[in-house]
Amino acid sequence: MLASRALVRGLQSGFWRRVSTSSAAWAAHTHDIDVVDCSIPQYNNRLDTPLPDVPFVRNLSAEQKKLKEKEKGSWTQLTKEEKLALYRLTHELSYAEMRQGSKEWMTVLGGVFIFLGFTGLLVWWQRVYVYGDVPHTLSEESVAQQTQRMIDMRVNPVHGFSHKWDYEKKQWK
Amino acid sequence: MFRAALRLSVSGARSLTRTRPQYTASIAARSYSHGKQETDEEFDARWVTYFNKPDIDAWELRKGMNTLIGYDLVPEPKILEAALRACRRLNDLASAIRILEAVKDKSGPHKEIYPYVLQELQPTLSELGIPTPEELGIDKA
Repeated sequence: MLASRALVRGLQSGFWRRVSTSSAAWAAHTHDIDVVDCSIPQYNNRLDTPLPDVPFVRNLSAEQKKLKEKEKGSWTQLTKEEKLALYRLTHELSYAEMRQGSKEWMTVLGGVFIFLGFTGLLVWWQRVYVYGDVPHTLSEESVAQQTQRMIDMRVNPVHGFSHKWDYEKKQWK
Repeated sequence: MFRAALRLSVSGARSLTRTRPQYTASIAARSYSHGKQETDEEFDARWVTYFNKPDIDAWELRKGMNTLIGYDLVPEPKILEAALRACRRLNDLASAIRILEAVKDKSGPHKEIYPYVLQELQPTLSELGIPTPEELGIDKA
């Protein structure tokens, strides 16, 4: 989220006109305060709250104050840049920017896979270097002897194991 | 002022756009077992009156707008016109543009609503000099 904010700020400094990007305006951005005062109304970007409680930029520079004065007159006198500047004074993000989303999920997913892969390597090492030998009863010869014994004692002769063995022909069915 | 604010809490929720005639006034979010259901026209009239208050203050504009956007409907152009004129009385161009953005966002997948609203509001927009978000380029991130 901080990365996307920085991105927005980077984009905005490209598109904003002088009036909105004076250094005084940056300092006055309510979200740059280290400790946010939750006892007073705060600015927020929400799709369901089109008009936030306070404007985004509160401490206006002299130029911005002049623009605000001009706003009191007919809006047809304002240039497009001035109108945009007025919008950006009051709102940090437009609806389109709020809806934008980011590519953060790719980073997260990539990180998850990296760690899973690393874990896989650890598990593999553990299998090779930590685990001892498997019991000898799992060797081919031992399994063959076991199977023969199971057939001889008629394990599950109705539907199961021995049912599948053909006792006349001495082979699997 | 408080009476208007109190009445905001009693409302039905339904789509008011004339482009969707299948939503009728009889469908309300709150099922009263008693009491009258408010018709679409009454709802519209109430909101138009709210925004038409000559000495509306900034808080009331914000409260009204945020509440209206909270309902499950896209406001009628006449309500929006009253709201835009209220912005003009309060010398608040940014809020006027924001209202237009909110309407587009509120229409969701029904892409035909926003152009219809803009078409209905065009005289007001030209008269007051309110740009659309598209004109300012903020409709694209």
